[in-house]
Amino acid sequence: MNPEQFFAASRLVIVAGKGGVGKTTVSATLARAAALSGLSTLVVEVEGKSGLPTMFGQRALGYDETVLSRGGGPAGAADVRARTLTADGALLEYLRDHGLSRVSNRLVSSGALDIVATAAPGIKDILLLGKVKQLERAGVADLIVLDAPAAGHAITFLQSARSLLDSVSVGPINAQARDVLELLEDHERCQVVLVTVPEETPVNEAVETAFSLEDRVGVGLGPIVVNGVYPELPGMTADPVAAAAAAGVSVRGGEAEALAAAAAFRRDRTSLQADQVGRLADQLPLPQLRLPFLFTTGIGPTELDRLAHAFLAQVDVLAGLPL
Amino acid sequence: MTDGNDGSAGVADFDKLVRDRRIVVCCGSGGVGKTTTAAVVGLEGARSGRRTVVVTIDPAKRLADALGLAGLTGTPSRIEGDWPGELWATMLDTKSTFDDLVAKYAATPEQAERILANRFYRNISGALSGTQEYMAMEKLYELHEESDFELVVVDTPPTRNALDFLDAPRRLSRFLEHRLFRMLVAPSRGVLKAVNVAAQTFLRTVSRVVGGDVVQDAIAFFQAFEGMEEGFRMRAVRVNELLAAPETAFVLVASPRQDTVEEAHFFADRLREAGIVVQGLIVNRVHPSFTDALPEALAARADTLDGTDLGGLYRNLADFEQVASREHEHLAGLADAVSPAPLAWVPFLRSDVHDLVGMAEVGTHVFTRSPG
Repeated sequence: MNPEQFFAASRLVIVAGKGGVGKTTVSATLARAAALSGLSTLVVEVEGKSGLPTMFGQRALGYDETVLSRGGGPAGAADVRARTLTADGALLEYLRDHGLSRVSNRLVSSGALDIVATAAPGIKDILLLGKVKQLERAGVADLIVLDAPAAGHAITFLQSARSLLDSVSVGPINAQARDVLELLEDHERCQVVLVTVPEETPVNEAVETAFSLEDRVGVGLGPIVVNGVYPELPGMTADPVAAAAAAGVSVRGGEAEALAAAAAFRRDRTSLQADQVGRLADQLPLPQLRLPFLFTTGIGPTELDRLAHAFLAQVDVLAGLPL
Repeated sequence: MTDGNDGSAGVADFDKLVRDRRIVVCCGSGGVGKTTTAAVVGLEGARSGRRTVVVTIDPAKRLADALGLAGLTGTPSRIEGDWPGELWATMLDTKSTFDDLVAKYAATPEQAERILANRFYRNISGALSGTQEYMAMEKLYELHEESDFELVVVDTPPTRNALDFLDAPRRLSRFLEHRLFRMLVAPSRGVLKAVNVAAQTFLRTVSRVVGGDVVQDAIAFFQAFEGMEEGFRMRAVRVNELLAAPETAFVLVASPRQDTVEEAHFFADRLREAGIVVQGLIVNRVHPSFTDALPEALAARADTLDGTDLGGLYRNLADFEQVASREHEHLAGLADAVSPAPLAWVPFLRSDVHDLVGMAEVGTHVFTRSPG
C-alpha cells in the first residue's frame, strides 16, 4: 500500500490509546506524514493540554485554528493545522447555529452545561464529536486527525453517541448523536488508529480496547501503531574487544565493559519488546506500524520528521494488507 | 544514572515516611506507575509492622490479582504474607462510596432512597467530572477516621486536570450549591414569582435542546437533595484539612520523559499553592548509565566506525548515554523543585510488576530494606 492509499482510506482518523504510550506523538506523526505526502491536515485535540504544538516548534493551541507547519517548499508538502475543541466552545457554536444564541452565553457562563452534562452523560463528548463531524462533512482538510482522550475514556467517548440515543430520545442532541454514530460506523469516512508500546500492560489494554471499540462502538480499526520499538543495530552480540580487533582499533578495558553492558541491556529490552509485539500480533489481527524509540526525551520538529519518514516507510511495507 | 547520583542519600527518608505518617497520597500524571508505586509503599508499610491499607483506582489485571482484588470490591481484603504488619487492599468503588455518603447525610432513609433511585444521581458518579477524585479522597478520609488502619496509602486517578482531587470536594459542594440549583428548587421555596418565570423560560430552552425528561430528572434530584448540602460541605472541609495535616504525606510519582517531568513540575507547583509540601519524589523507569564518557564523544566514535560491529556497539552506548544524560538534566530540575524531599530513582525493570516479588524489587530502590 502506498501512503496516498493509506490516507485515502478515510478522511477522519481517530488516534486512541492509554496515557503515556505516545498518542499525541503518533497524532503529530500521522499529520506530518500526510502533509509530507501532499495532503492538507488538521489535528483536533480535545483535552486542552497537549504537547502537540511543541513537537512542531510552536506555542499553545486555541479553539481557532493554528498553522503548525507550513506547506510548500521543494518537497511540495501541505499545511498541518491544529485546534483545541472544548465542549463549551462547541456548545456555544451549536446554539448559535441553531438560532438559540440568546440563551447560549447564559447556558455556558452559568455552568449549566455541567448540570446538563450530568443529566445526560456523554453530552460533552457528543458536542465535541458533533463538531468533528461538522469539520469532516465540510471537508476542511484532506485528513483530519483526532487525538482522542486517554485511557478507558476513549471507549466512553466514542460510545457517547449510542448511549445518548437511549437517554435523549428527541431534539437536536438526538439528531447530533445519530449523525455522529453514522460517521463512526462508516468505515469509509472514519477509522481508529490504536497506539500502544511493546510492553505487557499496554499491549493487554490495546487488545481489550480494540475489541471493545469494534463490538461496542462499531468503528473500523486501521493499523495499530506500536510506538517506541528499539531500532536494529549491528554488533549487539559482538564482543567489544574482538569487534575492536576486527576494526583495527583498540578500546580501553572500562570502555569495553560499558559497551558490553549497554549491548546486553539493549538485547534484553529488544527481546522483551519482540515478545510483546509477537503477542500483540497473535491476539490482534491488525497490521502493525512500528515507530522507532527515539533516544531523546523530548520531541521537536527534527524528531517529528524522523518519525514521519519512518511512518511513511512502514506504510509502504504494508502493501497488500487490507485496512 | 551512575552510582551516587541516584538520590540514594534520601532513601532512609522514605523508610521514615512509611513508619511515621498515617496517610500517603501517591500523585502524578497517567502512565507513570502510580498504582504500582502505591502498592509498593503499602507493602513496605506492612513490612515495617503497620496495619496498612492500599486504595487503588484502576490496577492492571495481574497487579489486581496479586493484591487479591480479582472481584471489584469496595471493602478492603487482606493479603497474607510473611511480614510483621498487615497488608490490606481495596479498589475504589466510586458509586458505592457516594451511596454511603448520601445515606450518611440524608435526614431520613426515605430521602436517601429518593436520591439513590434518581436517574440524574445515578449519572453523577460516571459523568460529573471530579467525582472519582472526590470519592478517592472521601474513601481515604473514611478509612483514616472510621477504621483502625495505621497507614492508608492512596493512588490518585489519572485525571485530565492534574490536581482535580484537591479541588474535587469543594467542586462538588459548589455544584450542589449552584445558583441553578437554587433556581430549580425555587418553586417549592416560594421565591418571587418573577424569578420563577425567568427560570422556567430558561429551563424550557434547555429542554428544547436536551429533552424534557433530562431536565425533570435534574430538578427531582436537586429537590431530593435539599438540606443535605451543609453536611456535604462540612465533610469536604474536613477532608481538605486532613490532606493538609502533618500526618499526611504527598509523594509525587513521575517518569523521566520530558512531558511527564513537565507535568510533575506543574503538580509540585499546584500542591505548593494549596499549602501542601511534597514529601517525596519517586521516578520510575529511569534509564541506566554505563559510563562516564560523554554521549557526544561516543557518537563521534560511532560515526568514525560506522558500518562495523564496534560502530554499532558505540552507537548503542551513545544512544543510552544520551537518554540517561537528558533524563538526568530533567530530573535534576524536578529534584530542585521539590527539595528537600527525598528522591528515589527506580530503574527500568526486566518486566512489568505484577506480583509481590516484583513489588519488593521496586521497594529495594525506594527503601533501605533488603528484598528478602
